[in-house]
Amino acid sequence: MNSRYFGRFDPSRGEKLQILDHEGKLKEELRPDLPDERVVRLYERMTVMRVADQTALTLQREGRLGTYAPFYGQEACQASSAFLGPLDWLVPTYRETGALFMRGVPLSLLYRYWMGDERGMSMPETSRILPVEIVVGAHPLHAVGLSWALKLKGEKAAAAAYFGDGASSQGDVHEAMNFAGVLKTPTVFVCENNQYAISLPRKEQTASETIAQRAAGYGFPGLLIDGNDLFAVAGSMLEALEACRNGGGPFLIEMLTYRYGPHTSSDDPTKYRTAEEVEAQKPFDPLLRLRRYLESKGMWTDADEAAALEAGRLEAERAITAAEAMSPPAPMDMFRYTKKTVPPYLEQQKAELAEFLESGVGHA
Amino acid sequence: MPKLNMVSAINQALDQEMSRNGRMLVLGEDVGREGGVFRVTDGLQAKYGPARVVDTPLAESAIVGVSLGLAAGGMLPVAEIQFEGFLYVAMDQLLNQLARYRTRSQGRFDLGVVVRVPWGGGIHAPEMHSDSPETVLVHTPGLTVVEPSNPFDAKGLMLSALRLGEPVVFCEPKRIYRAVKMDVPEEDYTVPIGKAKTVAEGTDLTIVAWGAMVREAMNSRKELESLGYSAEVIDLRTLSPMDSPAVIESVRKTGRLIITHEAPRTLGLGAEIAARVAEEALTSLLAPIERVTGFDTFMPLGLLEEHYLPNAGRITAAAKKALGVERIAA
Repeated sequence: MNSRYFGRFDPSRGEKLQILDHEGKLKEELRPDLPDERVVRLYERMTVMRVADQTALTLQREGRLGTYAPFYGQEACQASSAFLGPLDWLVPTYRETGALFMRGVPLSLLYRYWMGDERGMSMPETSRILPVEIVVGAHPLHAVGLSWALKLKGEKAAAAAYFGDGASSQGDVHEAMNFAGVLKTPTVFVCENNQYAISLPRKEQTASETIAQRAAGYGFPGLLIDGNDLFAVAGSMLEALEACRNGGGPFLIEMLTYRYGPHTSSDDPTKYRTAEEVEAQKPFDPLLRLRRYLESKGMWTDADEAAALEAGRLEAERAITAAEAMSPPAPMDMFRYTKKTVPPYLEQQKAELAEFLESGVGHA
Repeated sequence: MPKLNMVSAINQALDQEMSRNGRMLVLGEDVGREGGVFRVTDGLQAKYGPARVVDTPLAESAIVGVSLGLAAGGMLPVAEIQFEGFLYVAMDQLLNQLARYRTRSQGRFDLGVVVRVPWGGGIHAPEMHSDSPETVLVHTPGLTVVEPSNPFDAKGLMLSALRLGEPVVFCEPKRIYRAVKMDVPEEDYTVPIGKAKTVAEGTDLTIVAWGAMVREAMNSRKELESLGYSAEVIDLRTLSPMDSPAVIESVRKTGRLIITHEAPRTLGLGAEIAARVAEEALTSLLAPIERVTGFDTFMPLGLLEEHYLPNAGRITAAAKKALGVERIAA
């Protein structure tokens, strides 16, 4: 493999790939195939993503959305899904609302999911996206199986499994990496290390210095990157995915980032970290450095920034309007997808609910 | 017609479907070179190669989770979990993930996955190799659970399971893997999932059993016959979805019901069967329902196994109680 990143930065020695630093300075010699025009478009989408994320939290506070898991601060990691090819699969968790948005899932659908509507779980039929996972370490195994199937079918494609630093302690994540290493599946393990698993800091999650270095123990390459650096995200993803399409894989990318917000809207981060700690991370914001970079190139102005924010506001607003305009799910919908062939006793239970609803007794 | 035992019958079903369906894979611990610890997959790797009959790392959760992914990618994985006692390790993947995936994807993914599991006691295996944890599977919506009692049904049910296009747990009663040989047609045939079978007709009482317990029920039937009673024996065959109408219909005719299973009594499937009969046919009952089951203890090691597992004698004793003759024939 003609590698520019994997194998060049050794996570066990604390080496981390960073291409764009937090002041917006780019190491040109490490630059991936990411032209500035594309950076502008991605920055615009990431801006919309951030507004949409903040809007979701606001809606939750207003009682218009259920529990919500924000990704504020992790926008560059989330944007990694933009580098998946059309045949590649995204295997997300509940934190990947931004990654789903970048992959083209309508924002209104994502809001609807967080409103508690199962119809929000229906990814477009042709989309190469698995359902959003809740058990944090379960789905890397699905990505391994899926990518194995791709390999068996001779498709030049990969599956990318997203998980966090907390999930890295899960047995299934170990099993997934071990299987992938043995079977040499085209799987990209994307660990978004946002440094907290609800309240538990990364250092108490594992005694390993990095998560990326574990890949060595499974016999495949691991890379630690600055997860707030879109260029490092792009470079590592493109290199891993390209290699997977050509018979390589698996890969582990640990994207080192920081969750500015709470774990979910139900969480109180003041219990486990100080405001000073969070503020100290703000200069490393993934959007801020991109903006500085684009400004230094003369490709972004204050007016552009205002326009992007306004576009984000409008897009989020349209999505809320669409989501809230949807009729509530029908009670009978809960029976719809349990089994392909519905057994008689389930038909009977369905009839019981229908009859009860028709009787009107259950209505307030 | 060739006479086969259950091991050979399942092997034949896998072999025949694999030759027809290029999407089918067999995976699990020791299923390739070794042909499985019970030899159910014997010869398949030699015939189809290590890419389709795959010896996996020793990780049950992964075997089920990866099978889910394979099915989502269009393959037909047939996974083996070596003993039912190791199935617990894979429960999240089985119950939370695989069973729920159709719902979680709003019907997008119908996952044809067959998880084969040697099941139950009776072979003096080590600890945690002899359980019957079907209740937790049947309690989970979305799973189909099958347990054959003879070689003919084993082949036919396996072929149905492979073609169902939904997750199936295929419980294989290891105690009778090689107990009997019977005529198993070489040609393609299926036994329908979700249909119980009346293996012997009777008029005085109904005995419901599945897996290795069917043989015990039939032996009990013989004992009862010698006492002048006629027992109907129903082999459930599919545990979920359960063919309770077949049981209810039989109870309407006989008025008495004995349910037997290896699993502990509390919340064993006998409880559900009894509840359904009570709901639908209470007035047909001439005697309280009897359950002849494993005890609410852990399955003991080999030396006490025979006292834990229900047998024909215990079934007969329960039947006599239901018939009101327990004092006469003792």
